[in-house]
Amino acid sequence: MRIGSPKEVMPGEARVAMTPDSAAQLQKLGYECFIESGAGQLARFSDADYESAGVTVVDSADALFEAVDVVAKVRPPVEDEIKRLKKGQTLIGFFDPAGNGELLELAKSREANVIAMEMVPRISRAQKMDALSSMANIAGYRAVIEAGNNFGRFFTGQVTAAGKVPPAKVLVVGAGVAGLAAIGTAQSLGAIVRAFDVRPEVAEQIESMGAEFLFLDFEDNQDGAATGGYAAPSSPEFREKQLALFLEQAPEVDIVITTALIPNREAPELWTKEMVAAMKPGSVIMDLAAEKGGNCKLTVADEKVVTDNGVTIIGYTDFPSRMAAQSSTLYATNIRHMMTDLTPEKDGQLVHNMEDDVIRSSTVTFEGEITYPPPPLKVQAIASKAAPKQPEKTPEEKAAEEAAAMAKSGRQQTQLLIVGAALMGLIGLYAPTAFMQHFIVFVLAVFVGFQVIWGVAHSLHTPLMAVTNAISGIIIVGALLQVDSDIPIVSILAGISVLIATINIVGGFMVTRRMLQMFKKS
Amino acid sequence: MTIGLQTAAYISATVLFILALGGLSNQEKAKRAVWFGIIGMAIAVVATIAEPSVTLSSMLIGAIVVGAVIGVIVANRVEMTGMPQLVAALHSFVGLAAVFIGINSDMSTHDFASNAERVIHEVEIFLGVFIGAVTFTGSIIAYGKLAGKIGGKALILPGRHLLNLAMVSGSFVLLLMYMNHAGSWTLYAMTVLALLLGVHLVMAIGGADMPVVVSMLNSYSGWAAAATGFLLGNDLLIVTGALVGSSGAILSYIMCKAMNRQFLSVILGGWGDATGPAMEIEGEQIAIDVDGVASALDDADSVIIVPGYGMAVAQAQQSVSELTRRLRAKGKEVRFAIHPVAGRLPGHMNVLLAEAKVPYDIVLEMDEINEDFASTDVVIVIGSNDIVNPAAQEDPNSPIAGMPVLEVWNAKQVIVSKRGQGTGYSGIENPLFYKENTRMFYGDAKSSLDQLLSQIN
Repeated sequence: MRIGSPKEVMPGEARVAMTPDSAAQLQKLGYECFIESGAGQLARFSDADYESAGVTVVDSADALFEAVDVVAKVRPPVEDEIKRLKKGQTLIGFFDPAGNGELLELAKSREANVIAMEMVPRISRAQKMDALSSMANIAGYRAVIEAGNNFGRFFTGQVTAAGKVPPAKVLVVGAGVAGLAAIGTAQSLGAIVRAFDVRPEVAEQIESMGAEFLFLDFEDNQDGAATGGYAAPSSPEFREKQLALFLEQAPEVDIVITTALIPNREAPELWTKEMVAAMKPGSVIMDLAAEKGGNCKLTVADEKVVTDNGVTIIGYTDFPSRMAAQSSTLYATNIRHMMTDLTPEKDGQLVHNMEDDVIRSSTVTFEGEITYPPPPLKVQAIASKAAPKQPEKTPEEKAAEEAAAMAKSGRQQTQLLIVGAALMGLIGLYAPTAFMQHFIVFVLAVFVGFQVIWGVAHSLHTPLMAVTNAISGIIIVGALLQVDSDIPIVSILAGISVLIATINIVGGFMVTRRMLQMFKKS
Repeated sequence: MTIGLQTAAYISATVLFILALGGLSNQEKAKRAVWFGIIGMAIAVVATIAEPSVTLSSMLIGAIVVGAVIGVIVANRVEMTGMPQLVAALHSFVGLAAVFIGINSDMSTHDFASNAERVIHEVEIFLGVFIGAVTFTGSIIAYGKLAGKIGGKALILPGRHLLNLAMVSGSFVLLLMYMNHAGSWTLYAMTVLALLLGVHLVMAIGGADMPVVVSMLNSYSGWAAAATGFLLGNDLLIVTGALVGSSGAILSYIMCKAMNRQFLSVILGGWGDATGPAMEIEGEQIAIDVDGVASALDDADSVIIVPGYGMAVAQAQQSVSELTRRLRAKGKEVRFAIHPVAGRLPGHMNVLLAEAKVPYDIVLEMDEINEDFASTDVVIVIGSNDIVNPAAQEDPNSPIAGMPVLEVWNAKQVIVSKRGQGTGYSGIENPLFYKENTRMFYGDAKSSLDQLLSQIN
């Protein structure tokens, strides 16, 4: 079959969905590759490059759409492009199905199959085609570079003959892929980086990138795992605390990079006018959420504005496009991986397997039907393919399991108690009173022993053994009671017992003390 | 001293012992807890000597003084790596004392109010001597194995379960004869049988299971003391023996659970029943030299060190500690992963690392750290083998299948410090050594690390 990419029609879009490298890989899958003339120009891929990679260059978009079975694009299609689609043709690219209802209807009426790259589920198996992540990575990097471009100082602190330069302080809000990439980039440029996220579990990732996690002491922290790794809206109380924290940071930081997005919602306002007013002149705000309204309400999408107090607010939405060569390479690879999954036999025949979780989730129209939104993922598919990680259990399931375990252990305990009681009764029937009194003491002591030992720290098991060993030297008491026997041999044996029991006691305790002396805290 | 006062002394001693054991729940409290134990023991001994039936003869004083001196010398001489042997050796003393006391009790004359009392007394003698004798020889064999005086391999005699069964039932028959006035020789014959049983039981257990054996013997020595307590009608002995006995039992249970082994199959010796041939291992072991290790560590941000018995044998803990200090000074994250059965005693590694002044808050347990390996740059395995063996998870036919292990192979790079290409203590092939991200750093752990230290400043 044939696959091709047109030139992007959106003004300013420099990316292209197929590179000479990806074309070579697609050919290995058995596809014939096509490209519209000049499609790669802005990303520094010339028509000649494509030709030498064996790609057929066609003159117009019309000719391209006519020639191929699969169209790979970057940006969501415009109406004209959709109208070119033929029945049974497949379109792969970003589509924004949530906000693009009319185009979705149009694609349905054309009976074309559309695969939306942003709908690729976030499971391990699908990571290689997760274009959102690969683009966010670039956006995070580029945001720091752009910020540096607009920031009048060094990132790194320097002591020079011409004076001392303080390091720049960067605050990253939202540690998704873009946020983490920004942290890493700013960090490696030498800035002091702080980061915040509403999901406390990303603290570790933030710290692993070398940044300081701004810890918000709040009980009701949200669990990102429940929402597929994305952030969810937070409660008003949480928000209040969060804003207070930011206001505290505002006068200190030089560069703020906000990346907070909640799927299918307007971006939350996190950087208020107050905070902007509190910032030093010359500071820079990079609002990566500008496309969805911005984390700062002063942000103007696609523009750079300077406030009265000299703070630059940048609302570019085309960071990946500003690094078109890099982002095209990564995006084209994502597309190529998607094609690999769509071509199980590697024979150039596209098999649109709607049973496959990844393909099903990303498909938004199929054979004249709108298939968006997709059904929830088949849990087994994630569990079997995506690492040995167990699917998260719902609280109800957990509660039920716990209850079952409790009931089981309860039954076992009851049985044990009954057997034990019967045994006791049997002994009590025959044994004399004196023995029974000792026996009570014995049984109680065993129980105390069990209870006490469960609490002992694992690292102290060796001292525990040494100390119990010393204590078991208590047998000396028995020997002492026999030493005064009238029978000489008894006396002698008892004497030896006293001797060796003493070795045990003294040795055991001293060794324990020696061991414990060594434990120290850093 | 009145009976009342003596009982009061015994009660306070018991309470102090319980505090001593319970106090081991954390490192700081533990130091105080030992003093509780020492004071409790002192109270118990003084209260017993003060009893009217005990005279403070010169022989008694002599025995106590000599015993104390020997105890001090032994405790101060022992190397921290020799701790398992020492603990095993000390157990044997308790066992022997229990045997002597039981035999003494048989030789002394007693009057009994009823037949039932006599029967119980005789059973108590038998039990005390039996457990004591098994503990005695078992501990000696364990000592020999741990000290390397006896080979670590499990001695598997044909029909060993039958043999054990025969010895136990033989002892039981002798008990019945003893109760029917067959004479003291039955007791002595049983003692010999029990001594043999102790030898055979521990001989049949392989080196890797020694930690469980030591804690089991610890438990036995407690039960022996408790049995002696019944024999003498002494509650202090009963309580203390029961405390020690149950704590040893729990410890053994915790360790068996950590190794995913059935308690019984460990005690009865030999590995579990593996069927079918072990998985074939492909690939080869790739060696690495000091420079390679140094540069790998230099590039790493996070390092996890997995120590094992090999570190103890080579006395390398000081070098490990120094390495840790230097790496931490360079701002790298260094942590230790301790498998519950690393070494030859539970908590063995913690003690060694503490001796070398590694801060205990970077020393983590398997459960705490196992998930972090994937995000770790370099893992250094020093002298451990089975506890990092992926065959436990991958090969259902492996003798250690199902045992929880440290998943070091998930790290970006694994460096294994090992003496040679052999299979190590338990004799099980380790596929980890053949993995692509594993490099073998051959040589004695201490000298290897010292060379490494000269490269890292």
